[in-house]
Amino acid sequence: MITKKNYFPFGYILPAFLIVFAFRLIPIILSFIISFFKWTIHGPEEFIGLRNYIKLFQDPVFWQSLLNTFYLVVFVVPITLILSLFFANLLNRTKKLSGLFRTTYFVPTVTSLVAISIVWKLIFSPHGGLMNHVLGFFSIHGLNWLSEPRGIFTLLFGAMGINIPNALGGPSLALFAIIIVSIWRSLGYNTIIYLAGLQNIPEVYYEAAEIDGASKWKQFLNITVPLISPTTFYVLLMTTITTFQVFSQVYLMTGPPIGGPLGTTKVIVYYIFETGFGESQNLSYASAIALVLFFIILGLTMLQKRLEKRVQY
Amino acid sequence: MLKRYFGKGFSYFMLIFCGLIMVVPFIWMVSTSMKSQTAINKGSVGFIPIEFVNYYAHDGKKELCEIVDQEGDQTVINIYDKDGKTFKESYVKVPAESIKSSKKLKFHWDNYIEAFTKVPFGRYILNTLFVSFSVLIGVLITSCLAAYAFARMRFKGRDFIFYLFISMMMVPQPIYLIPSYFLLTKLGWINTYQALIIPWIANIFSIFLLRQQFKTIPQDLFDAAVIDGCSQFAILWRIVLPISKPILATTAIFSLIGSWNSFMWPLVMTSSDNLRVLQVGLSYFAQEASSSTALLMSASTFSIAPLLILFLFAQRQIISSFISSGLKG
Repeated sequence: MITKKNYFPFGYILPAFLIVFAFRLIPIILSFIISFFKWTIHGPEEFIGLRNYIKLFQDPVFWQSLLNTFYLVVFVVPITLILSLFFANLLNRTKKLSGLFRTTYFVPTVTSLVAISIVWKLIFSPHGGLMNHVLGFFSIHGLNWLSEPRGIFTLLFGAMGINIPNALGGPSLALFAIIIVSIWRSLGYNTIIYLAGLQNIPEVYYEAAEIDGASKWKQFLNITVPLISPTTFYVLLMTTITTFQVFSQVYLMTGPPIGGPLGTTKVIVYYIFETGFGESQNLSYASAIALVLFFIILGLTMLQKRLEKRVQY
Repeated sequence: MLKRYFGKGFSYFMLIFCGLIMVVPFIWMVSTSMKSQTAINKGSVGFIPIEFVNYYAHDGKKELCEIVDQEGDQTVINIYDKDGKTFKESYVKVPAESIKSSKKLKFHWDNYIEAFTKVPFGRYILNTLFVSFSVLIGVLITSCLAAYAFARMRFKGRDFIFYLFISMMMVPQPIYLIPSYFLLTKLGWINTYQALIIPWIANIFSIFLLRQQFKTIPQDLFDAAVIDGCSQFAILWRIVLPISKPILATTAIFSLIGSWNSFMWPLVMTSSDNLRVLQVGLSYFAQEASSSTALLMSASTFSIAPLLILFLFAQRQIISSFISSGLKG
């Protein structure tokens, strides 16, 4: 390498470094500090140690919001994963019009969450909403969607005349509406990522399996699924992280009060927002909640990286 | 053979069916945006903005009218003037059989004008454009410089700083929202354009993408340039950037989509009406005009339209950018 020492490398990095330092690194460090203090918008007032974290563990709203977020992740991630792999497979098999389909599926990914949340809120409206109109053709009537606090399993079994305990009720119908929107929104992106992964699998494997007489389903299970696993891990991780951060859908589709009915759609990021910028303006408690979210996401990321190393083909 | 055709047919059926599900919300949004609020309130759910219009037929003429009441075989009506908005005559009693009703396709384009002028959406769009393009310029400058240094220069602490950047990239926005709000308050930046622009002019993801690209450029090119007496900056400006145009376009597209759709940050950092960006303005409009369905749908449509048009024109580029960035990241 020919080197000429008449340049100053750090000068090239400096602009980006300054911004990242001031608006990422400092805030992240600050959020740890803030969470240990009684801290108002004017600055620190009193060191309170772990009191915020102790309060957190006794706060039923926190646990409720964690449960709601958990429901969201548990429903959105696997369904998105399976559906997007399914569509990617279909797209991979069809040559004609595949460009058109790709574009169509991708549209929700680039549109603003605010606008689509407003549209979906009206779709779910019991007065003149499209969803109930369509369900009407299947003789399902009068669902209150976004104002229904009862769990989906409670409703489902209730329709069959079986009463189940509240703890097994599952996400409320309102939260289920948010789940549907979140799946709809993330499907296109993940389908395209899967499609790219599928196109990287050499055709010869399938040809060999074809000669050996393996059925399409066997081929899918024994060739596609293992060979696509790096993509699966990526999709799994990204969808999980984005789902943990759902905010706009809840902010725009639910309420008043937001997070309703009965707090069944209050997700963790909305709880952070409400605590920090709502009436209480409790910055330090909000920071503590945010840090719990941070460690959950960090933990999941590390877990998935570990699994990825163990399951490798 | 038959099975093969069946398989293909099934694939296409599923793709079309689900493709429809993906776009139906948008189609419904546009069609609802062109209905009259009265028709929506009366329960018009369909996709085509059809309305029932009543006519008062007399003396071989047909006049547009509105039914007020029914009294036996007499109908009380208001007769519209020629403009179709104001009444020429009110509370006229006419025989019921002279009222004819018919379906009519009617597009209420005026919803768009009403939504656009009800709150200053023009201002919101200008704010968004200003913020988006300021951020874009900042991102391109800082990312090119930093990515070039990370990819092509050797200096102490380079890898450490790079991995520090990457780990910062993994931290989601809600985590640093609270301390950032405190920080910007201390800087006196709440309710300023700086708050929306400056923290975003360094984009770690763009640095990462550009670095990957700059690393693939053959070393010979650099050696030759150095022998010819090019300075490092000249190499970046004259050689590296011109051959990296596609990845620069990708970076620009990501930056624009991100800024245009950004919501939580501007929602928290600004409260004044003058500084509202489109997404925040739209969310306030959704609260204020929650019963004016038609206007809400119009506002949603014109908030989505610019990016949608950009997407439809550059869809190949955009989709492949998402793929490449996804697989690298």
